[in-house]
Amino acid sequence: MLAVAGIETFYGPSQALFGVSFEVQEGEVVTLLGRNGMGKSTTVRSIMGLTPVRAGRIVFDGTEIHRLPSHAIARLGIGLVPEGRQIFPNLTVYENMVATAANRLKSAAPYTLDRVLAIFPRLADRLDHYGNQLSGGEQQMLAVVRALMTNPRLLILDEATEGLAPLIRREIWQGLTQLKANGHAILVIDKNLDALMQIADRHCIMQKGRVVWQGRTDELAADEAVKARYLGV
Amino acid sequence: MLLFVEQILNGLQLGIMLFLMSAGLTLVFGIMQVINLAHGSFYMIGAYVGATVTAQTGSFVLGCLAALPAAALTGMVVEILVLRRLYERDHLDQVLATFGLIMFFNELTRIVWGRQPLFMDVPAWLAGSVELIPGVPYPSYRIAVIAVGILVGVLLYLLFTRTRTGMQIRAGASNREMAGALGVNIRLLYTLVFGLGTLLAGLAGVMAGPILAVESGMGESILILTFVVIVIGGIGSIRGALAGALLVGLVDTLGRAFLPLLLRLFFSPAYADGVAASLASMSVYLLMAAVLVWRPRGLLPAHG
Repeated sequence: MLAVAGIETFYGPSQALFGVSFEVQEGEVVTLLGRNGMGKSTTVRSIMGLTPVRAGRIVFDGTEIHRLPSHAIARLGIGLVPEGRQIFPNLTVYENMVATAANRLKSAAPYTLDRVLAIFPRLADRLDHYGNQLSGGEQQMLAVVRALMTNPRLLILDEATEGLAPLIRREIWQGLTQLKANGHAILVIDKNLDALMQIADRHCIMQKGRVVWQGRTDELAADEAVKARYLGV
Repeated sequence: MLLFVEQILNGLQLGIMLFLMSAGLTLVFGIMQVINLAHGSFYMIGAYVGATVTAQTGSFVLGCLAALPAAALTGMVVEILVLRRLYERDHLDQVLATFGLIMFFNELTRIVWGRQPLFMDVPAWLAGSVELIPGVPYPSYRIAVIAVGILVGVLLYLLFTRTRTGMQIRAGASNREMAGALGVNIRLLYTLVFGLGTLLAGLAGVMAGPILAVESGMGESILILTFVVIVIGGIGSIRGALAGALLVGLVDTLGRAFLPLLLRLFFSPAYADGVAASLASMSVYLLMAAVLVWRPRGLLPAHG
């Protein structure tokens, strides 16, 4: 579904990605792991066209997307839950949900307001509040919902549980587990390895702008050396 | 009493014109962070095209119908050719480039329409006057201007709060990158917003036609007041633009009408008239300074 092949991305003159390659298959949950500053978020920005790649290819559902503007990439069916949530503070919760909602791929059972509120019921009481009046956890749920309402085929989550209370975290992981059960492909970045091991099928570990290890969850669980070396656990 | 009511209506009517101008300018400034000094040029284009078509066809309505798309299309072409290159650059570059546009458009109108001002007549069906308040006749045309302004205000409110396009415009204003990553074509949206702003400027221009002379450079005199309005109202805020425009329209009009009378109570007539004239022309700037001291972000700053 998503194939990233040898991408190189720069911030000005400094190179951040040195030939990153990995794939996400239909219905699969894949993680990007690694310490801070290793290129995980840059990989996400490259896929979304926010920081365009200088070399390599990105193919999504048979379409080359690495030269497209980000709105065109999103419209092909990639939903982004960005680092730092980035809720629109001047829109109400309801407006955040519907402003960019779409069903461009004609999903037979599209996400509607009722369906997403069933996943995160906490938001139902907040529809009239402005984005900047929500707690961090509520903003995070709203960011997930906002992406779901575009009815993407692939959901990308960048640090979706960072800085949240454990209880809220659990709610978010439960929501993601539901999405996986619905057959969503998900690319997820998170520091919470235990939760990721529960939900993810495969993992890519990044170090200094490269993917240095890839494998299934059972392989990662068995490989203490890899975990210690790259993840510090 | 009669004079007072009349002057209040005059102030409202000026305020409505300023609102049409400042709504577009504050949108462009608030959403794209571009200082567009050439906003007055679209007012002028609206006036010229409206006056020409009205003269040719004899119909003021047709003149208006021609002026609006002319201003909007010119605006969108300017956005694509010039403004797009300025979004990432600093305000000085924007000021220089759009100041260049002012000179370009002023010269263009002189080439196309000549140096003589055009005069538009108030259409016959609006030439009379009505008594909104018994005993106070007021020109129908000016009442029509006020009504159009109120209608535009309501439509803008509905556009921004009730439609998804309006929500996307606000979303793009607060976080352009994120709106794009959710599938909003920001470049197209900016072009449309700019076109909407210039359409409103064109509407103000064509409505000003029968009140003022249509001449090259007519956009600059209203542009300065327009900037005062958006600073008073809060940059990027349409509600602020409405409040600021009405306030500036009233203060400017009432100041000019009543300061001389007021000062004559204290000074000799000649001296009073001189001081009042200077004070009246300063009044909107004094108002702006006072508002900024009280509320540095303007009366009704844009949310968030």
